[in-house]
Amino acid sequence: MDYLDLTIIKAKELLSQKKISSVELTKYYLERIEKYDKNLNAYITVCTEKALNAAKTADEKIANGESGALLGIPVGLKDIYMTKGIRTTAGSKVLENYTAHYDATAVSKLKNAGAVIIGKANCDAWAHGSSGENSDYGPSKNPWDTTLVPGGSSSGSAVSVSAGFSLAAGGTDTGGSVRLPASFCNIVGLKPTYGRVSRYGIIAMASSLDTIGHFTKTVEDNALYLSVTAGKDEKDGTTPNIKVPDYMANLKKGVKGIKIGIPKEYFSKGLSADIEIPIRKALKKYEELGAEIIEVSLPYTSHAIACYYIIQPAEVSSNLARFDGIRFGNTRETFGPEAKRRIMLGTFTLSAGYYDAYYKKAMQVRTKVIEDYNNAWKKVDVIVAPVSPTLPWKLGEKADDPLAMYLSDVFTVTANIAGIPGLTVPVGFNKGLPVGIQILGPHFSEDKLYQVGYAYEKETEFWKEKPNL
Amino acid sequence: MKYTPVIGLEVHVELKTKSKMFCSCSADYFGQKPNSHTCPVCLGLPGALPVPNKQAIEWCVMIGLSLNCKIPLFSKFDRKNYFYPDLPKGYQISQYDEPFAVKGSIKLSSGKMIGITRAHMEEDTGKLLHETINGERVSLIDFNRSSVPLVEIVTEPDFTDAKEVKEYLQKLQQIVRYLDVSDADMEKGEMRLEPNISLRPNGSKGLPKYKVEVKNINSFNFVEDAINFEIKRQTEILESGETPLQETRGWNEDRKKTISQRVKEEANDYRYFPDPDIPPIRWKEPDIENLRNKMPELPEEKFIRFIKGYNLSEYNSEQLIRDKATADYFEEAVKIDPAISSKDIANWIINKKINIDKILPATLVKQIVSAQSVSGVTGEELEKVLKTVLESNQKSVDDYKAGKTNAIMFLVGQSMRELKGKEKADKVKAELEKLLK
Repeated sequence: MDYLDLTIIKAKELLSQKKISSVELTKYYLERIEKYDKNLNAYITVCTEKALNAAKTADEKIANGESGALLGIPVGLKDIYMTKGIRTTAGSKVLENYTAHYDATAVSKLKNAGAVIIGKANCDAWAHGSSGENSDYGPSKNPWDTTLVPGGSSSGSAVSVSAGFSLAAGGTDTGGSVRLPASFCNIVGLKPTYGRVSRYGIIAMASSLDTIGHFTKTVEDNALYLSVTAGKDEKDGTTPNIKVPDYMANLKKGVKGIKIGIPKEYFSKGLSADIEIPIRKALKKYEELGAEIIEVSLPYTSHAIACYYIIQPAEVSSNLARFDGIRFGNTRETFGPEAKRRIMLGTFTLSAGYYDAYYKKAMQVRTKVIEDYNNAWKKVDVIVAPVSPTLPWKLGEKADDPLAMYLSDVFTVTANIAGIPGLTVPVGFNKGLPVGIQILGPHFSEDKLYQVGYAYEKETEFWKEKPNL
Repeated sequence: MKYTPVIGLEVHVELKTKSKMFCSCSADYFGQKPNSHTCPVCLGLPGALPVPNKQAIEWCVMIGLSLNCKIPLFSKFDRKNYFYPDLPKGYQISQYDEPFAVKGSIKLSSGKMIGITRAHMEEDTGKLLHETINGERVSLIDFNRSSVPLVEIVTEPDFTDAKEVKEYLQKLQQIVRYLDVSDADMEKGEMRLEPNISLRPNGSKGLPKYKVEVKNINSFNFVEDAINFEIKRQTEILESGETPLQETRGWNEDRKKTISQRVKEEANDYRYFPDPDIPPIRWKEPDIENLRNKMPELPEEKFIRFIKGYNLSEYNSEQLIRDKATADYFEEAVKIDPAISSKDIANWIINKKINIDKILPATLVKQIVSAQSVSGVTGEELEKVLKTVLESNQKSVDDYKAGKTNAIMFLVGQSMRELKGKEKADKVKAELEKLLK
């Protein structure tokens, strides 16, 4: 069989039947990376030796009849996850030669579940960006058209899954950094509820917005992965003690009677027809499947991007202060222009005399955005919305226009501001390029998002489409 | 003097929790090998997150309660952003506008009330060491102290002289020791003081336009010296028609003077904002009551209880409650023999400077019993013994009567020997004098 058609679920089945080995699988992906990543630039560091050792261990465990949710499954990680003994750069030259001293909680959970870490994926430096072009290690390219951006900031992770370099990849989503690249690359991406997955050991971008998500080919794989990473962590005070449900339990229950909200503010003049057409089609499909489509209003949407670009740089400016040139190798001059821009913006808005006008005000708007969603949940179970206002754009197209780049986050940032989960699912192609929707729900409703996402995926199976490398 | 000093105080108290403020490293850093008590969190490594120490927070609230503070039901941690090599995250986690405790007061022995502005929780920094290694002058960083819990207690500018400051500090030290939340040993840096001092013309009400902060003070005596020095220095400047500079000065113990360290042109901008890594703390009234109930009896209450309950003088009560161990020792001793008065026990402990670490309360009581039983010698017996002594030492008697009054000491000595120490020497002397008249 062609390994390219594998999902995690399928691979697990074959592994347990001993039809394939983890070493074979890992080698297969390493070879693909070797062959195709020169063009795509999905990885900053490939962990060949460590991955093969981990695969060997996994095979031994399988032979011993042991099991694990991700036993023997090759996984890529955004290079912002601290991985003990492996170079961890955050996509920045500041950490060019920095080796992590410890594993992030998400990493140790993945390792405990048997995952094989194949490498550290490219990303916008410090996760600052929507296209992947802010990486100090060169941009990743969209496997569907290498002249286009794959979306960021978790660019390399999305490319890795889309191009068949791994079965899954870890990312982070602070303003859309999982959902956007997932929609640009025809894969499934989850931004979990704030606090659902521990942030411990993930290099912080904006601490009150950062969420630790992941990419997979299918919704079912995605649910399986979350069941590994989710849960309270004593090392992260913002992970509440809320039970992790069985994400597989309700997956296949369908959408009959589910109320899907459509926020009218998202279907406005800012939304390209290239995107709107496939999404409308998807909504029609949901109706056919028995869901009820209801228009809702999120009036504070128009303020969200301004609110986000106050809170986020403020937290960035503080979080990046530790890279002060004394430790970690390189000096502050090695920060790229986008990081410098955010440090300056954030330092300014937190300064005495400006704090009330900017940060405090933004926090008040934040409360309003949360209220918007809370009002919506009184009427609907989930909200379906576009992820990006446009199809993937050309590499370099917005690179010199930070504001245009910031505005590409317009549909994604509200979920981070409100702390709610969002799941990106492919809904087809337009002009040969992938389009995704995001399914948003109340806090800790990931199981519901999976249920809604799965129903559509099962009908359409767009995930089976593969880019020509 | 034409001027009245206006003095306020910032005191940092290091808590003696087992682990640090935001990680599980041991907080017992004193004298340890550099960087041996560290982890990703207190080293500020990328991705590491702080998780607050519950014990430290509760102790901070208890300090607040013992200073008669209000405990707001909502509180939070903030980031204080500034650069210094001993601050690994580039910010210190502290509390800005919603500290754990506000608006308290403490009463001095004069009855004067000193206002407590606030008591808040924060983390300590690492420590810089400047050394020469292989001929090269280098600065080294020891992060063992990084993130050790500190409580900062800020007073209103209510003090008007150094004596008041000293008394306040002694009371504060006593309180945290009673609470058993800090050893508050100044030499180890477990209690650090920063007075700010300025002067205003007598009778005027407003705060002076300047303020001088003094650092590097590591004993209560130095704080008195430093304040008195500043009062004198500032008086001279004011009398020459000038205004003292707003600045930070350091106390130099060798030269017995303060020396300018840093002139503050303008206030630092720390860009405080709520730390997004730590959810705000929301208390319920019963939580605070529980903490209040967990608190031991404080020095002030004990002082009053000793006077009333044991019939002690204010002086004796104050002496006994100075440290909790002595007070406990006293109470234990009192229980042992109801025949011995608590007053006598107090007097013994205080006047004989009993080493409470070496002598058990029961042993002390035994000593008191035997000492008191000696005065059981009857007057008749005493007179009989003394007369015998006088008869057998005629020469001394003659000398005494001839005006050599010192001769009586020999007679006292002889009598004491006969009495086998069963009577007090001054009483023996007085009796002898009577007989020799």
